[in-house]
Parts: sequence; structure tokens; C-alpha cells
Amino acid sequence: MTAITTRPDLSAGSYRVWQRNRDVQFRLWRTELIGVVVEPFVVILALGLGLGQFVKLSSGEEYVAFLTPGLLAMFPMFAAVFECAWGSYVRLEMQHTYDAIIATPVSVDDVITGEILWGMTRATVNAAYILIVAIVLNPWLHMVESPWALAIIPLSFVPGLLFSAISICFASLARAMSQFSYFFNLVINPMFWFGGAFFPFDELPHWAQILGWFIPLTHVVELYRGFLKGQFEWSMIGDFAWVAAATFVFYWLALAGMRRRMIQ
Amino acid sequence: MIPPPVEARGLVKNFGSFRAVDGISFTVRQGECFGFLGPNGAGKSTTIRMICCTSPVGGGELRVLGLDPRRQSRAIKARLGIVPQEDSLDPDLPVRQNLEVYARYYGVPRAIASERISESLALFQLTEKANSPVSDLSGGMKRRLVIARSLVNQPEILVLDEPTTGLDPQARHLVWQKLRMLRAKGVTMLLTTHYMDEAAHLCDRLVIMHRGKFLAEGNPHDLIRDYAGEVVLELRMGHDDRAPLLGELTGIDGVAIEEVEDIVYIFEAGDAARQIAARIADPALAFLRPGNLEDVFLRLTGRGLLD
Ligand SMILES: Nc1ncnc2c1ncn2[C@@H]1O[C@H](COP(=O)(O)OP(=O)(O)OP(=O)(O)O)[C@@H](O)[C@H]1O
Ligand SMILES: [Mg+2]
Repeated sequence: MTAITTRPDLSAGSYRVWQRNRDVQFRLWRTELIGVVVEPFVVILALGLGLGQFVKLSSGEEYVAFLTPGLLAMFPMFAAVFECAWGSYVRLEMQHTYDAIIATPVSVDDVITGEILWGMTRATVNAAYILIVAIVLNPWLHMVESPWALAIIPLSFVPGLLFSAISICFASLARAMSQFSYFFNLVINPMFWFGGAFFPFDELPHWAQILGWFIPLTHVVELYRGFLKGQFEWSMIGDFAWVAAATFVFYWLALAGMRRRMIQ
Repeated sequence: MIPPPVEARGLVKNFGSFRAVDGISFTVRQGECFGFLGPNGAGKSTTIRMICCTSPVGGGELRVLGLDPRRQSRAIKARLGIVPQEDSLDPDLPVRQNLEVYARYYGVPRAIASERISESLALFQLTEKANSPVSDLSGGMKRRLVIARSLVNQPEILVLDEPTTGLDPQARHLVWQKLRMLRAKGVTMLLTTHYMDEAAHLCDRLVIMHRGKFLAEGNPHDLIRDYAGEVVLELRMGHDDRAPLLGELTGIDGVAIEEVEDIVYIFEAGDAARQIAARIADPALAFLRPGNLEDVFLRLTGRGLLD
């Protein structure tokens, strides 16, 4: 219980943990680059143009344009999840990296905060890249309708933190690597398909819309949709508040979970 | 007055209903090497982790460098160097960068860190491996690297949890030599080990720990004198042959006899054992040797497996 009620014990150590991950990334980026670069093109081609030919939205919008906010929300989500679910578990349990760090003046809270900030960084870099791809393809595909779309880059900090924190929560509970398939299949994958990225929610039955409201990704997609079009609605404040509040809650749970796990 | 490096009074640690450390008290003095010797599960690592502030104190009093681990863990950790029992090198980073990143956790400025790291790599004969991945290192090199890493913040206390377990004799001697050198520079050291020769080599004082408690405490020489005797006679003979000899010895003051399977150990301060050895004059049957820490250890903790 005390793990939940304790205030975070933070210092510059959080940043040093972030730096550690950055340094490792600088060593490995070549091996990961190709996948990340190709990813959005595959989806834009397959779904946006391929499937899009057969999809007629009642709003009259092109399917590839409808899909864009989803791309900007989903791939960064995956980046954060891979870093903070699998990555964290490996560093926690297999490599004993966290154990080594908390023997220095860096606290458990610093470690977790640094990890979440790093997950956020990867998410934001990923979002920025996809946005650039969308802007480059804009003369042909019209995926970005307003310069407001650039605001998505700073906005992507918040979902980056959220998905990182959710992943750390799970990593703090996991007892074996294989358990991550539950996390992926029961949490991340449904969120991917049902998060409002692939089909519009407003034409679904009421119960499905209510269900969708509980999916974090839905709010991120709605928010980005508004910024891509430059059409703002009051509900976007609600979406942002939802994501921000969830971020706070999951950050707190991530700290509590990892303290419980690591301080024995 | 400078507070002692480590001072514990009635230190306790429970894991659920299991008491891993059971009310131990000790004081580590400035500049000495203090050893925890004990079988598997004795509570050595648990004690070390409380001192290093990576595990909360379960009860009793603990002061490290005069500070309270419950409230001042960052200040304590900044001044300790830690060699954990399990290797925790960062496999995602090559040798030199392991130390650079680690120095950053302590907030050591880059230029100073770089200088110290070059020195430390040279000292532990790892300069040639500076850019190798950690996975390329042998067990002995990894251990040396962990010790080199523990020095990046120029610690006042060096805490070593089984520094040489799993190393070959060459590697162990190299590590010992470096540790003696550090001690000569005035670094206070805390060490746990299963190896009696390691304790005898390095420790000014040691405790023998068993089931969370201390069974004996002192410098290696006194412990051997008090618990093993100056000489130990090992008799390797059949039951019928040994019986009359044992009859001769029983009742003599200061003689202790322990029969373990096919060997009889006779611990003694006086002359009776010497005389028997001289009479039999066959070291294969009656072997006389000086007492050592292993005798102390086995006598105090028993010979059964403990884990
Ligand atoms: N986190 C934990 N949860 C429950 N029990 C633990 C925990 N850590 C240690 N123990 C138990 O406490 C006892 C002491 O463990 P400790 O690691 O301190 O022993 P040790 O003297 O270092 O042994 P070894 O020589 O094998 O390293 C053991 O019985 C161990 O199982
Ligand atoms: Mg141990």
C-alpha cells in the first residue's frame, strides 16, 4: 500500500537513465532503421490505397486520409510498447540493468521515469517521421489538410508517456517473457484494431461507441484527426484530458508496481 | 569524531515470516577489510544489500558513514562502490562505455570520468578490451570490469559480494592483488565469500555468519586459534585402528574430536596430536597440518548441506 501513496523520489538520475537508453540506441540504430522507415509505406500502400479503393466513407473522405491520424497514433504506440514492455522486462529481469543502476544514487523512481521518458522519445520520433512521410506524399494523397498538423509532434509526448507507463505496469507484473503475449493479445492488439483508426466510430451502435470511449488510442486518434484537418471541436479538450489523466494514473501505477517488484 | 564506516546494532531483515538476518551487531573500522564468511543462504548478501541501501532495513539500527539508510540513501550510495554477487554489466554497451555510463549515474563530470576510467581499465588489465562487447569477456575479465566499475566514483567504502566466485586461480590472485592494493590506499572494504583462503588473504577481521546470526567474530588468526587449534590431525584409518588412539586423546584438555565418515579430525592446541603423528609416521594415515579457517567454518556451521 505504501508503494501507492509514496510521492515520486526523482532527481537528475531520471535523465541519466534516459541518456543510457539514447546511447544504446545510437549504437543500434542501423539494425532497426529499415523496419521503421518502411513501416508506414507498407500500411499506406496496402490499406490506404489497396483496401481504400473499396471503401466508401459516408463523410466522402478518402480512406487513406481517414487512416492518417491512426497511423500517427498507432506506430508511436508500438514504439513505446516495445521499448517499455519487452525492453524494460529484459533490462529488469534478464540483464539486471536496473539492479546495477539503483546501486548508484539513482532511485527506482528515477529508473522508471527515465524509461518512460525514453519510451516517449521513441514514440515522438516515430510520430514525427510518419508526419514527414505524410507531408511528402501530400501532393498525391492529401493526408494532411492543415499546418496545425505540426502540433501533433509536441502533442505526441502525452500518448508516448501513456503507452510507456501502461507497458511498464505490465512489465512490473510479468513473471516470464512468455506472459507478454497476454499483454499483446489482450491489450495492445485489440487497441490497435478497435482504437478508431480503421473505421469511424460514429456509425457504430451506441454500445460500441461507449466501449470505444474506454480505449486510450481512440482519444489520441480523435485528437490527431482534428489537428490534421484544422477543425477543432470541444470534445478534443475532453480527449486530451482523458489521455493526460490516464497518463498520470498509469505513471503512478508504474512507479508503485516497480517499487514493489524491485525494493525487497 | 569521524563516524565508523558501518555500524549495525540488532540489524534484522524478514522476508515474510522468514528471518534472513537475525539481530546482528558489528562495527566496521576505517580502512579495514571486514569479511562476512558463511554458507549459502546465511544472509550475507541480504546484509550487504541493506548496507548499500538497495534493500530497506527490516529492523534495528544501521548507520553507513554516519548516515541513515532509511532517509539518506542517495548520499550513502554516492560514497559506496558496489560489486554485486550477480554480474550486472550492461550487455548493450561495450566495455569502456559501460564505465562511462555508470560514472554518469554518479554525476561524475565527463572529463574526470574519462581519466579515471582509463586508469582503472589499465589497472585491471582491460585496456585492450575497451571497445569489445561485454559478451566477449571471460568470467575473470567480467569480474575485473565490475570491480573497475565500482571505482568510478572513488568510493570511501568498497562493498564486494563474492568478488571471485567462479574464477580460476590466476584470475582470483589477480583480483586479490588489486584489492590488497586498494586497501593499502586506505579504502575500507566489506567482503563476503565462501572461500576461506580469500578471507584469510584479505580480511583484517571477519564474522562467521550462519542462519542470519554471527557465530564468531575476530581476526583470522584468533579465530583459528580459538576454534580450530594450532594443529589439526587428520586420521584416515579404519574404525578398529582409530579406536585406541581416540581413547588416548579423550579427556585431554583442549582437544576436540570430530568424526566425519572415514576421516577423524583432531583439533588441538597442545602436544598429544603431534606425538601420535610422529608415532604413526605415515602421512597417508595420520596427517598433521596447521589449523585453518575452513576448520573454523566447518566446526561452527556443521558439515551438512545448508541450503
Ligand atoms: N527477496 C527475497 N525474498 C525472499 N527470500 C529471500 C530474498 N532474498 C533472500 N532471501 C532468502 O534469505 C536468505 C539469505 O539469503 P542471502 O542471499 O542473503 O544469502 P547469502 O548468505 O548471500 O547466500 P549465498 O552464499 O548463496 O549468496 C536465503 O534463505 C534466501 O532464500
Ligand atoms: Mg549471497
